[in-house]
Amino acid sequence: MLRVDSVTFGYRGGDPAQKDHLVLQDVSLHVPRGSIVGLLGPNGSGKTTLIRLLAGTLRPASGRVTIDGVPLGSLSRRELARRMAVVPQETQSTFDFSAIEIVLMGRYPHLGPFALEGAHDLAIARDALAATGTAAFEARRFITLSGGEKQRIVIASALAQASDVMLLDEPTASLDLGFQFEIAALLARLNRERGTTLVVSTHDLNLAATLCSELVLLKAGRVLAHGPTDDVLTTSNIRSLYGIDADVARHPRAGHLTVVPLARAE
Amino acid sequence: MRRRFVVTVTAFGALTVLTCLVAPLVGSTPIRLSQVFNRTLSFADNVDAQVFFISRLPRVVAAAIVGSGLSLSGVVFQALLRNPLASSDTLGVAAGATLGAILAITFHLDIAIAGVSVVPLASFAGSLGALAIVYGLSMARRRGTSSTMLLLAGIAVAALLAAVGRFVQYLGDLTETFRTMQWLMGSLDVGSYAPIVAALVPMTIAFTGFATLPRVLDLISMGEEAAEARGVNVERTERIALVSASMATGAAVSLGGPVLFVGIIVPHLVRLIVGADHRLVLPASALFGASFLIVCDLIARTAFAPVELPVGIITAMIGGPFFLWLLFRRVH
Repeated sequence: MLRVDSVTFGYRGGDPAQKDHLVLQDVSLHVPRGSIVGLLGPNGSGKTTLIRLLAGTLRPASGRVTIDGVPLGSLSRRELARRMAVVPQETQSTFDFSAIEIVLMGRYPHLGPFALEGAHDLAIARDALAATGTAAFEARRFITLSGGEKQRIVIASALAQASDVMLLDEPTASLDLGFQFEIAALLARLNRERGTTLVVSTHDLNLAATLCSELVLLKAGRVLAHGPTDDVLTTSNIRSLYGIDADVARHPRAGHLTVVPLARAE
Repeated sequence: MRRRFVVTVTAFGALTVLTCLVAPLVGSTPIRLSQVFNRTLSFADNVDAQVFFISRLPRVVAAAIVGSGLSLSGVVFQALLRNPLASSDTLGVAAGATLGAILAITFHLDIAIAGVSVVPLASFAGSLGALAIVYGLSMARRRGTSSTMLLLAGIAVAALLAAVGRFVQYLGDLTETFRTMQWLMGSLDVGSYAPIVAALVPMTIAFTGFATLPRVLDLISMGEEAAEARGVNVERTERIALVSASMATGAAVSLGGPVLFVGIIVPHLVRLIVGADHRLVLPASALFGASFLIVCDLIARTAFAPVELPVGIITAMIGGPFFLWLLFRRVH
């Protein structure tokens, strides 16, 4: 449903010495409806930029991004937000919003700047809290929540947007193992129960192996490999991507691939 | 949400109406409200009504306009920059308005055009100019506005403009320096309705801009990227917000001088009462800011009567400690 066709992108007005530095070069990929696609790549490989291009908050310099065949540029921001929700890497609240207030902000694309949210919106927000296991935090102040709790509230807020697609930028970065596991389980459940299409960027290869049906490997702004997780997550691709020799094997009990880094590649 | 909105606006509205009615009754000549609205007397014979409407109400109305203008600017700057310290003062906007007025006074530009003094126009131009400099500087560095850059640029520009102002004052003669000093401390003794009417034009434009902002500011306060992904046109909002807030500041400073601290204390007090939602914070700040400055001005003109204190001294003297108390009470 989401398609990227030979997209090239570079930030303007950055470091003058790098004026022609392109963050993404000739990137093409396809996100099928109902899939979970992982974006892997070292720091600076263009993952966040790709997420922003998919979200339509950045426009490609050349090439195009379409959702269900419609170019993102031809949709208004609010139309786009009704189809696609974004969970940023980190969310800081300047003011003292309660958890439910944050989740209700997800209703903005449906309400616009002047409508007040009604019982219907509140029901959707409560449902999103329940789905992320945060119903108990409804009245809690967002800034008093822990990192993992905050992340789940932000995901609930994205859920309240009631879109078919959710883009997540490193959703488990800076979370401990327990919360990492919980977020991964939550995303898998959303995909299974609600059919939400997910695009997840991450540095965690094992998370990607557990969660994602397909992977896109990005290296220096180009697609190194793109396909089913089992085909793409290989020793040679990991070496090429990170310069690390790793053992990739199917875990006998977990049933999915696991990656054990062994040494820096020579 | 609808109920919270109605309750909040009604409560703060009642407070504002109350202060607007009570404040003009207090003063050296005691008057009674029943006598003011006594319909059996003609206005020419009704001394109470004359004192109420001619000598005291303009001042109260001026206080209301200045108070709500500065408070709303504070709310908008804080949300837009996602920084609780942002206000017309810290962004250099108030300093620009002040410099404009100092220049007008010192160089005897305080002639009237169509009954309106040039001083407000100069201070209004100053506020817009300062914002343009600050905004331009922060834009030049990178694409989009970084709030830290904007705030740092604001502080630097404020310091520079204040220094230019002091330089001009230092070179000016003593009478002018006294007049600018008096003006700098903030005074709402407007004398008639003419300056109020003049300030109402930019203030109305600014308030129209503010009216489009509440929900959008909620989303922007959570991050520009996130707001954009939810369908907010961040760039357009930023433009409306910055222009409206500097117009409101310019109009307020032109009317009452740089009344310190209102733009920081009122928004934070209001947030402590109504929460973070800008659909409540914005109207409540406008109303509470009006009442706050009316009461401060009432104290300024009665506390040491017959001597009148500049209202800026009162806002800072009451506001500072009260604000600190609230801040630390909240931490524990």
